[in-house]
Amino acid sequence: MPQIFPKWANQLAPKLGLLAVLVGTVAMAGVTYYLTPKYTRVGYQPKQPVAFSHKIHNEQLGIDCRYCHNNVDGSWFSNIPAASTCMNCHSLILKDDPKLALVRESFATGKPIPWVQIHKVPDYVYFNHSVHVNRGISCVHCHGEINQMDEVQHAKPLSMSFCLDCHRAPDQKIRPVDLVTQLDWKGQVDGKQLVHDWKVQPGQSCSTCHR
Amino acid sequence: MFEKIALFFLSLLGSRFKVTVGLFALTVVAVVSVAGFRGSATRRTPIELFPDMDRQPKLRPQTASAFAAFADGRSSRTVPVGTVAQRRGFSENAYWEDNAFNTGKDNGAFVEVGPLPVTAEFLARGQQRFNIYCQPCHGAQADGNGGITKKLGMSTVANLMDPRIIKMNDGEIFNTITHGKATMMGYATQVPPEDRWAIIAYVRALQLSRLGFEADVPAPELAKLKK
Ligand code: HEC
Ligand code: HEC
Ligand code: HEC
Ligand code: HEC
Ligand code: HEC
Ligand code: HEC
Repeated sequence: MPQIFPKWANQLAPKLGLLAVLVGTVAMAGVTYYLTPKYTRVGYQPKQPVAFSHKIHNEQLGIDCRYCHNNVDGSWFSNIPAASTCMNCHSLILKDDPKLALVRESFATGKPIPWVQIHKVPDYVYFNHSVHVNRGISCVHCHGEINQMDEVQHAKPLSMSFCLDCHRAPDQKIRPVDLVTQLDWKGQVDGKQLVHDWKVQPGQSCSTCHR
Repeated sequence: MFEKIALFFLSLLGSRFKVTVGLFALTVVAVVSVAGFRGSATRRTPIELFPDMDRQPKLRPQTASAFAAFADGRSSRTVPVGTVAQRRGFSENAYWEDNAFNTGKDNGAFVEVGPLPVTAEFLARGQQRFNIYCQPCHGAQADGNGGITKKLGMSTVANLMDPRIIKMNDGEIFNTITHGKATMMGYATQVPPEDRWAIIAYVRALQLSRLGFEADVPAPELAKLKK
């Protein structure tokens, strides 16, 4: 009986197997590395219409986050300031600077400055700023070191596992409420005690965030 | 170690297989060089892999809206003139602007003292809000020496320890916070009325601390201070 398969076919199966394992492993590694929010979102830094710098305003001038994002501790939504908020100071400071031309125009005409939104959870996620900020969760945990940024960059993945990691162990992150906007605070605090005293119980059931 | 095992496997294999593996390795290198690493800065809008119900046609605050009734094209509406935003759990403010709590004026005259009871909590709130909204210009001591005044071109900032302001009615200060005065702009959008009254109470406390007499301090507290 003639041979149906040539001799090299003996090695075909292990070779193909090896190739499949190799390709499979690398493809899996690629998917976990590239197709999760840790890659797709982190680092996003769109060009903004006005070269506004948090480093100058927050770090150097010491303006509190809430001066501009004034709804952050009172509602779910942290607002981007209106041009009038900038003009509180820039009606006197740098009042003819070309970098602020768009702010002055917006203030005069009422046409909003087209800031590009950076942080965005999907619309089926219920998120709320005030519940976090009023429970001693600092901006830095979810937005990174904004106070050091000349241009805002997406620093954390904001994925579901990111939220849950903290909801399962809030004592790692919690701090006294009056320090939430001090992003560079490095002090020590007994997190377990605070969680116990304030009865902090971040929900872990689906309906906490999907309602 | 790892290399040795890899080489051993490769030595087993024919040249065609090596080419295949080589091409595969090349593809991986190409992908990594195009796609880069996690966390590197990028101007590209993040891709949404499964855009299931990520973006729904509902309106979010501060976005554009094509709804015909919103002539200015904004999703966030502005407050109609003369009305007051209602906040849950806060019964003091009436529906219309026209009362002492919302304007600092009673029948056209500035009220002398604020309408809310001053408690330790209220003062603490005032201190916190003062340090957020007023301190950059007026300074933590309210003496007009905030961080951005002298060196950076805000030369007109008022000293709130000035006798003129000490004598001023609470209502007039309320009016200044609401609408601004001369070169200071209004803070009505950033500071709601109850916080404005809290800030005023705190400013009064600061003034007292600067200008009070020894006899004003209760004896036990004074003993502590003298130590
Ligand atoms: C002087 C006003 C001002 C202050 C103070 C300020 N911000 Fe901002 N912030 C802005 C403006 C304007 C933008 C929009 C432009 C941009 O993204 O740079 C912004 C954007 C942001 C964003 C990104 C929003 C998005 O689109 O996702 C975050 C997060 C943020 N700020 C956090 C902070 C934190 C935290 C602080 C305090 C450390 C702070 N900001 C202080 C004015 C301010
Ligand atoms: C509390 C006062 C204050 C507010 C509010 C404020 N700024 Fe400024 N800003 C300053 C000062 C002071 C400087 C000058 C810093 C310097 O000269 O070093 C400045 C500088 C700038 C510059 C120039 C930065 C550079 O690279 O030279 C820009 C642009 C700017 N601000 C934009 C804004 C925008 C947009 C807003 C509103 C979201 C805003 N500012 C709100 C005080 C303020
Ligand atoms: C627990 C996490 C968390 C904390 C703490 C937090 N944020 Fe956010 N922030 C988010 C998320 C998530 C979004 C996106 C919200 C959305 O898509 O509606 C966001 C969005 C924002 C935006 C953009 C809003 C917009 O739609 O343009 C600003 C500005 C902002 N945050 C400022 C702050 C400031 C200032 C603080 C601290 C006082 C803070 N955040 C604390 C998670 C957080
Ligand atoms: C750094 C810690 C931390 C992170 C990160 C975090 N949370 Fe929370 N979350 C908390 C704490 C603490 C509370 C308050 C629980 C309480 O009041 O008992 C809370 C409360 C909430 C609540 C209110 C729950 C209720 O019972 O009403 C929601 C909704 C929520 N978080 C959603 C999110 C989402 C969505 C994310 C991710 C974008 C997120 N959180 C990320 C710590 C965190
Ligand atoms: C702490 C808040 C939180 C809780 C609790 C939570 N989720 Fe989520 N979930 C999120 C966030 C945030 C996202 C969006 C993730 C993203 O965009 O990367 C999400 C996304 C999802 C998605 C969509 C995934 C996709 O890419 O299409 C599903 C499905 C989901 N969650 C199911 C659940 C279920 C089931 C539970 C209960 C076991 C649950 N979630 C509990 C915050 C939460
Ligand atoms: C951006 C800087 C700035 C901030 C922030 C600011 N002010 Fe002023 N304020 C000024 C300037 C400038 C003047 C002097 C106005 C003039 O006479 O031209 C002034 C004047 C005043 C006066 C005196 C008004 C009069 O009758 O002469 C009072 C009272 C006052 N401010 C209170 C406040 C309070 C309360 C806050 C916080 C809610 C605040 N200011 C925040 C800049 C500021």
